[in-house]
Amino acid sequence: MISTLILGIALLIIGFYAMLTQKNLIKIVIGFSIADTGTHIIIVSLGYLRGKTAPIIDNAVNAVNAVQEVVDPIPSALVLTAIVIGLAVTAVMLSFIVEMYKKNKSLSIDDYQELKW
Amino acid sequence: MIKKVVVLLSIIGLIAIFMPMITQFQERENLNELATDYVNGSIHELGTPNVVTSVIVTYRGLDTLGEVTVLFLATVGVGFLLKGKSEDKIEISASELLETTSSVLVAMIMVLGIYIFTHGHLTPGGGFQGGVVIASGFLLMLLSNVNAKMNHSIMHFVESLSGFAYVGIGVTGLVLTVGFLSPKILPLGNFGDLFSAGAIPVIYSLVGLKVGSELTSILVTMGGEK
Repeated sequence: MISTLILGIALLIIGFYAMLTQKNLIKIVIGFSIADTGTHIIIVSLGYLRGKTAPIIDNAVNAVNAVQEVVDPIPSALVLTAIVIGLAVTAVMLSFIVEMYKKNKSLSIDDYQELKW
Repeated sequence: MIKKVVVLLSIIGLIAIFMPMITQFQERENLNELATDYVNGSIHELGTPNVVTSVIVTYRGLDTLGEVTVLFLATVGVGFLLKGKSEDKIEISASELLETTSSVLVAMIMVLGIYIFTHGHLTPGGGFQGGVVIASGFLLMLLSNVNAKMNHSIMHFVESLSGFAYVGIGVTGLVLTVGFLSPKILPLGNFGDLFSAGAIPVIYSLVGLKVGSELTSILVTMGGEK
């Protein structure tokens, strides 16, 4: 579906913009989360087929000609994986930030010059 | 100034990368070959009504094992980074509203989580979703009772046991049937029953327990308790 595709790409670009411009470490993580969500929406919208329903066989979907009635199950499965990985990565990033704040008492990325080149 | 230009250029570059995706977008009419195979195989070979579950647990089972490993690594990483008691822990007791609500709701949330992961092969949902629901129940418990003590050894025991049993089922499938993580080590049963689809509900329940205990230990560590 083109509208959700555009929405996903817009979210991805907003997320990247936030990651590039924000100084606050927490806000950078928020930007990462927004970009992550945008990627998920893009993948799901690529698997959508107009007028078809979720790939779960029950009263609404006939088991005999299910192939004609369901959307692509693979993008949904991939996004399920990606959501969990995104959650785990966000948790690790936030605990890094907690540890950094304990050490330098600052959340601004300008105070961390060690990896700058 | 130079930084602003670089940011602007990279955003324009990103837009240029994604532009062809929008302009040349063609709506698909039918499932491709792989998806057709998965839908047919899920119904006729595995007896699983939820096709997404059969893709995750069986056809892409190795991916899911890797994903559970990544989640485990994240838990270990968070525990490693945030170990030790935080010195300036704020001791504010929760409001009466939150305490009363949580004492009613926590048990229901846990039951809902268990329902979601045991019915992962029949309805929308599954191990990951159910595990997250269970962890949210524990979060409510932690919020309402600041000094709650979690028994870490039980949590680690559940986590390691379910991970071990997951790999064990996979190896059993390798020995008894066609391949690693094959669900056909158990009888397929009637299409649409709770005890059907071979080992898929067993595997997904183990994933649910593992995800639930891992996310709970992430929450406990982030809450500042040792």
